[in-house]
Amino acid sequence: MSTQLLHRLRQCLAAECIIEEPESQRPYECDALTLYRDLPLAVVLPQSVAQVQQVLKICHELNVPVVARGAGTGLCAGAMPHADGILLVLSKLDRILDIDPLARTARVQPGVSNLSISEAAARHGLYYAPDPSSQVACSIGGNVAENSGGVHCLKYGLTVHNILSMNVLTAAGEELTLGSLGLDSPGYDLMALFTGSEGLLGIVTEVTVRLLPTPEIAQVVMAGFDSISAAGDAVGAVIAAGIIPAGLEMMDRLAIQAAEDFCQAGYPRDAAAILLCEMDGTREEVAQHVDAVVQLFAQLGATSITVSRDERHRALLWKGRKSAFPAVGRLAPDYYCMDGTIPRGQVTYVLNEIYRLSEHYTLPVANVFHAGDGNLHPLILFDASDPLQVRKAEAFGGDILDLSVRVGGCLTGEHGVGVEKLRKMSSQFRPEELAQFEDIKHAFDPGLNLNPGKGIPILKRCQEYRALPARHQHHPT
Amino acid sequence: MSDRGSMIQHERIDGDHSEAIIATLRDARERKSPVYISAGGSKQHMIGRHCDAAELDVSAHRGIVDYQPGELVITARAGTPLTELVATLSEHNQMLSFEPPLFAGRATLGGTLACNLSGPARPWSGSIRDLVLGVQLINGKCERLNFGGKVMKNVAGYDVSRLQAGALGTLGVLSEVSLKVLPRPQEMITLRYAMTADEAIVTMNRRAGEPKPLSGAFWLDGQLHLRLSGAASAVDSTVRQWGGERVDDGEQLWEALRAMTLPFFAGDAPLWRFSVQSSARHAPEFGPTLIDWGGAQRWVRGEQQREQLDRIAAAAGGHAMLFRGGERSGEVRAPLNAVERNLQLRLKHAFDPDGILNPGRLYRWL
Repeated sequence: MSTQLLHRLRQCLAAECIIEEPESQRPYECDALTLYRDLPLAVVLPQSVAQVQQVLKICHELNVPVVARGAGTGLCAGAMPHADGILLVLSKLDRILDIDPLARTARVQPGVSNLSISEAAARHGLYYAPDPSSQVACSIGGNVAENSGGVHCLKYGLTVHNILSMNVLTAAGEELTLGSLGLDSPGYDLMALFTGSEGLLGIVTEVTVRLLPTPEIAQVVMAGFDSISAAGDAVGAVIAAGIIPAGLEMMDRLAIQAAEDFCQAGYPRDAAAILLCEMDGTREEVAQHVDAVVQLFAQLGATSITVSRDERHRALLWKGRKSAFPAVGRLAPDYYCMDGTIPRGQVTYVLNEIYRLSEHYTLPVANVFHAGDGNLHPLILFDASDPLQVRKAEAFGGDILDLSVRVGGCLTGEHGVGVEKLRKMSSQFRPEELAQFEDIKHAFDPGLNLNPGKGIPILKRCQEYRALPARHQHHPT
Repeated sequence: MSDRGSMIQHERIDGDHSEAIIATLRDARERKSPVYISAGGSKQHMIGRHCDAAELDVSAHRGIVDYQPGELVITARAGTPLTELVATLSEHNQMLSFEPPLFAGRATLGGTLACNLSGPARPWSGSIRDLVLGVQLINGKCERLNFGGKVMKNVAGYDVSRLQAGALGTLGVLSEVSLKVLPRPQEMITLRYAMTADEAIVTMNRRAGEPKPLSGAFWLDGQLHLRLSGAASAVDSTVRQWGGERVDDGEQLWEALRAMTLPFFAGDAPLWRFSVQSSARHAPEFGPTLIDWGGAQRWVRGEQQREQLDRIAAAAGGHAMLFRGGERSGEVRAPLNAVERNLQLRLKHAFDPDGILNPGRLYRWL
């Protein structure tokens, strides 16, 4: 099989676009969640949409699994290769095809990086709003696959809210355009279904994104609090005042101290929590809202309040937050980043539970939190060379996800399920709901060849599934 | 109330009637007798095709289940009239930011999601499709299923909630819906400018490209109307910069546009809707046109050549539909190609294998 596959691939791709040697495949063995690794039969890097289509048709014909990969910055092992399949790397499809300043859209290939869209649109006074922390590197195709967010989601939405249309190829290699250049489409909204589907329903070959006018000004208010609950109350108070900040982030003490050591952003090292509350818009509106937020924070017992003086100062205040992951990463050999989302009102209870679990598992935890939209990122510190610590970190992470679901939240706000959270899906969904996901998967990919073993558990609940190959069960190494 | 064969009645008591709905669906499935889902009946003769099936009236399945103003989330049963949601949200100075038509109090939450109906603010505040966070639905296998949730971000599993927007109830009977809600703007001002349709389309798009609190842009009868809403300071300073004639009864004007009660919408002549790229050129051949959504939604009236509408809409990056009136036994939406039809059918089958939910409402073959 693999001989035939490689022979067929060589007929449609240049030799340098196929990587067969295990040593050369190593850079592709995992995404940014390095706990899960595997090597594929081949890594292929097509240079055109036509080549992607040919590869899909070959794999469809030979019944070979296909795992799509963009920049590999994902955090759920969604792009981990499949040992019996090919890894379809879309990074060579990296052209911005068109920017329409009047209609405020950009048409791009899937391998284009998130940030480069905003950079290209900047000369028109426009930008692409979703800004995941990995935006320098992550690709728009991957953003669609994971429905990526960022620190500005509360006001500007996720990827699904900021794309108009996309071209996809089905598992059989059929071309399909989803969405439209209008604001809806005539039949079922397949674009909504594809966004966040983790490469299980089709392969994105082109995306048309919406661009927004760059705000006149943005200003950030940083406030320190002497307790998690005071900071949590302050988050609620901003929303209750009728203000939707562009970003509203919380960090707890360990995260504050790590970030401060890392980049000297001027964070209050003695605070139990800080909030970073960014307002953007017209100059007048920002001035009005900054005043209101400063007053609110002061009334609610903030121990320190800093308002960004200029763009450089604003960038510095954000630098601490944006580099929180690598900063915390210096505190231990490894960290494990979780992604549960909870109702905002539960933040004090949930963080205190996380501290209790941290003591139970004797593993430190630093918390970075998109407080505005309830998306937690606890960073569990551990040493991956110690099997006991790995098991404890996974159990700790699992407990956090269960906790998130129990308080009315969900398993993952923006990182996706991938391999990592597959077993946890049954804590959020009942068997009938998982079966409905499976039926959707079957509708698009009857051969179950696209990214098998990820995203949704395959239940093998009737005869036809019993014959499935073992490809739907992954064994993390 | 209905001319749709036998009617399935539910006791008219507000509350959770989902068990009764499931029981009715089970019976329908066993008898292989499809149902037409209804509640307020406001959209019975618009948006979808005529559906010849026994009516399943879910209007009694109503009531707000949960509302946490601090979470910006409201959850209600699908039969809840939108007016009830609007009134409750107003008490906390919040709103349905997608400005759905309320159709004189008859529009319900479930129907509005099923039809994906949004008002003038849609290009700036999103559609109900953008704001839905979670749904409970009963699929064609009579299973009660929950997808999404009551939190702002949720990427576990496929986004089945958003898929319901515009599906016209063909994938499931909506039972409960959770929506993101937003604070009401502090101030709202309407500006008016005399100009042609072509000029208006360019102006709408240029203005939308400026970082100002624009929240509505429509053109009718030689007049462009721009609405600014948000913080008073931002609205006032933009009014000074943009100029134009200030409209005193602006709020009523936008309300009439949202409710489709402007004289343009009156009468029985077929009402056609274009959903196209906002900057697409004006097509004068279809007669008087109302241009809304900053150019992305355009309305025309009267008898039209279907093929011509489809061709012009496709060239403008979008699609056309027979929104209201006209011949509703034929197709009312843009044709799909073979690959699209196949996937839509397979998806329908994944939710409703026996085809008992609103058959033919979306497309004749679906």
